Amino acid sequence: MAESLLDIAEHVVKLARQGGADAADAVLDSGVEFSVTVRRGEVEKLIEASARGLGLRVFRGGRCAVTYTSDLAPAALARFVEQALDLAAITDPDPLAGLPDPEAWAPPQPTDLAAYDPTLGDVTAEQKIELARRAEAAAFAADPRVTNSDGASFSSEYGERVLVNSLGFAGVYRASGCSLTMEAIADDTDGKKRNDYWYTAARAFADLESPEEVGRIAAERTVRKLGARQVATQTVPVVWDPMVARSFVGNLARAMTGDALYRRATFLIDREGEQVASPLITLIDDPTLRGRLRSRPFDGEGTTSRRNEVLVEGVFRGFLMDTYSARKTGRQTTGNASRGVSGSPSPGTTNFYMAAGASKPAEIIRSVESGLYLTEMMGFGWNITTGDFSQGAAGLWIERGELAYPVSEINVSGNLVEMLQDVDMVGDDLVFRAGTAAPTFRMRKLVVSGL
Amino acid sequence: MSASPAPRAPGDGASPPGPSQQAAAFFAARFGIDAPVMEDLLACALSEGGDYADLYFEHRQTASLLFEEQAVKRAGGGVLQGVGIRVVSGDATGYAYTEDFSQDSMRQAARTAARIARHNREPGPIDVTPIALPNRYPVLLPSIDVRAAEKLGLLRRADEAARAYDPSITRVVVSLADEQRHLLIATSDGRLAGDVQPMLRISIQCLSERGKSRQTAVGGGGGRFGLEYFDTHTPEDLAREAARQAVLLHDAVEAPAGQFPVVLGAGDSGILLHEAVGHGLEADFNRKQTSNYSGRVGKPVASPLCTVVDDGTIDFSRGSINVDDEGNPTARNVLIADGVLQGYMQDHISARHFGVTPSGNGRRETFKHMPMPRMTNTYMLPGESAPEDILRAVPKGLYCVAYGGGQVNISNGDFVFSVTEAYMIENGHVTAPVRNVTLIGNGPDTLSKVTMVGSDLKLSDGRWTCGKEGQSVPVGVGMPTVLVSSITVGGTKQ
Repeated sequence: MAESLLDIAEHVVKLARQGGADAADAVLDSGVEFSVTVRRGEVEKLIEASARGLGLRVFRGGRCAVTYTSDLAPAALARFVEQALDLAAITDPDPLAGLPDPEAWAPPQPTDLAAYDPTLGDVTAEQKIELARRAEAAAFAADPRVTNSDGASFSSEYGERVLVNSLGFAGVYRASGCSLTMEAIADDTDGKKRNDYWYTAARAFADLESPEEVGRIAAERTVRKLGARQVATQTVPVVWDPMVARSFVGNLARAMTGDALYRRATFLIDREGEQVASPLITLIDDPTLRGRLRSRPFDGEGTTSRRNEVLVEGVFRGFLMDTYSARKTGRQTTGNASRGVSGSPSPGTTNFYMAAGASKPAEIIRSVESGLYLTEMMGFGWNITTGDFSQGAAGLWIERGELAYPVSEINVSGNLVEMLQDVDMVGDDLVFRAGTAAPTFRMRKLVVSGL
Repeated sequence: MSASPAPRAPGDGASPPGPSQQAAAFFAARFGIDAPVMEDLLACALSEGGDYADLYFEHRQTASLLFEEQAVKRAGGGVLQGVGIRVVSGDATGYAYTEDFSQDSMRQAARTAARIARHNREPGPIDVTPIALPNRYPVLLPSIDVRAAEKLGLLRRADEAARAYDPSITRVVVSLADEQRHLLIATSDGRLAGDVQPMLRISIQCLSERGKSRQTAVGGGGGRFGLEYFDTHTPEDLAREAARQAVLLHDAVEAPAGQFPVVLGAGDSGILLHEAVGHGLEADFNRKQTSNYSGRVGKPVASPLCTVVDDGTIDFSRGSINVDDEGNPTARNVLIADGVLQGYMQDHISARHFGVTPSGNGRRETFKHMPMPRMTNTYMLPGESAPEDILRAVPKGLYCVAYGGGQVNISNGDFVFSVTEAYMIENGHVTAPVRNVTLIGNGPDTLSKVTMVGSDLKLSDGRWTCGKEGQSVPVGVGMPTVLVSSITVGGTKQ
């Protein structure tokens, strides 16, 4: 008789307690993945597999070890738990380390998350391949200058997460996701090629945008880069397209975690309750949103999911916490423990987004006499301790309110403390296409480095 | 490289078994995976047709220690194991994997991968024979086999040295990660190759606080060593480096914005090569003609002072491998010679397309991933200039020493690297440190502007990880001191 994954997780936690742990929790992830890439009309890659992994945390006298395995045979599990307990013995006691208090999972979990699409399993490989083919064909058809492709890919995954702890929490949820991506390429002068991609991603198969739309937009974004050039170094307004706006928001979140706070490695330290940004900015983390890509009923420690308003009209309300960082800083967990199978929980975002504003994107672009419409960023130039920001960039130059010509091989830089205050227009075009999302927004000034 | 196959029985007692034999013995003893099992799976993989198949067995054991707030905060570790099965049919690849080493489960994965094939063909009998390989990292006692308790002293020493460096150092986080990876690859063209790969990595992050100014810096090192690494790279030296960088940043001024000459210090500046040419010279991009280096073999792509090499054979280096993840021995591959493009880094599919020998660059992150061309250790050969002369040649520019990372768009060739330690150069002298800044250039253009190459080649010390299409692999980089006459510096001071 096959044991359910919940049984296995409960068994492992019990073994840990029997072996001497004061407390323990186990997370068990199992899933099935499928991915196909079609290139120039033919299947280029096809991957299909299932996997599962178990992660265990044990606490004994305030000492902690975190271990993982994929071998779930009973004898292997017994050895696995023993090793975790041995490892914990060499660490130093930390009075704040441990499981959440049971109040954390007392509130009822959200039930209507639509995180799992039962019809996804019925979509055949042939249907998935066909969607990828159509997306690629649409990109080629959209513009004769699109002469190459790095492929159209369809991916789907579905799986289950189990979390059990020794204080009585036991939770299970299923989740699924699918996406279709197309990368188009056009030849430019000097041996350079211009590439760009577009994609659609959703929990439910029926919520995916059409492959024709994906292909068409990939082609459009690619050909508008033809002839890209550098520009002179200057300070100008910068309009952030939703893709980079989303990346901005996602990186900013790293400065808003409880870990960064207790390590004193964030420029937002001591600024709770203060106006740290323009009143046009509201940032929310919400794992309870129906049908969104990062929705979940509980976090990586079992804390019931809740909506957290991190920044409201520019006022910083507080950091995203897990149990440990909350205890370190004298605050409460916010239900933001991120947890993979191998590794300890740490605070992270779920569905994290900048709320839509009132301006139309076209209006935002029109407001710029001379400046940058930023569409791409590259690099590791984020210092969340000091707020220093410097990234490689590409986009379109705005002249007298119109998108005039493509630019690349430039940089944008500034300091996040000022940049947040400098957001003076926020678009109404918020679309969720990933875990993080943001509308178009404008910063009144940034240094653009080029010639 | 020796081409004579070793006998099927592992070890004949005359010499220590090479990596292939060691790995084969491990999987046979631990999981009963021997030649007949592998040959059966290969036949199963090719049962629907297909030109080529390979099996990739992996057993990876990891251990980690976290030392923070002057205490051993957490210990961890685990095992990742499984087999990935690949079938190639024309230009298409089918892939499946399983964590379950039972015959049934592995056959199921082979059949799944087999579905990619369209041409029915009876596969002939497959006979796998181990290939001989040198061992570039014969670590006597892998650190994964050392008890965690014996490593704690190293962490404490790093913590104490960082704090002792300066009273402004208020927080130190030290983490030590080690792993041992056994891998075994069996191919339908009869090769059996394997490796035993140790890896050690220490990371030290320091926070320095002076009034309201808070600065962080990260240092560390590692490679394919056991704990003897710390005899020559002491925890104290590594920790002091991180502390020094954090303290220095309090005095950092705004970096300039615009185009400037830049002197890249020896060692970690090799990240320039990794981004400017490395990725663009991976053969998959060139086979598909998506790279800006497509069709440029034989043409100048850099100044004649530049000879760039990708070399997986450097002893004990983080980026080295004895054999790639497709069963091909690694090599020292000259990518660019005196500025002229020589060739690309290959994987099996690309080598077949270009009609060349595989170069030993077919790598994968784990058995769950398909291989593709990846770098190993990428560096530029030393030149003739004395490093001091290079700095003296710059009236106003930037001197870059340490980096946070880099990235590239291989289609147009634009690449960036983010600097964590850099200084102004004024009239040939190194002056004020500058705040973190990112530089952007374009591969062929920037490399054509290399106007001086120093005689001081240095390899980076065991910290870099390369990401491509969702797969991370450990790599090494190296450079002599180099002058780039013009590159865009993304500062804030105009």
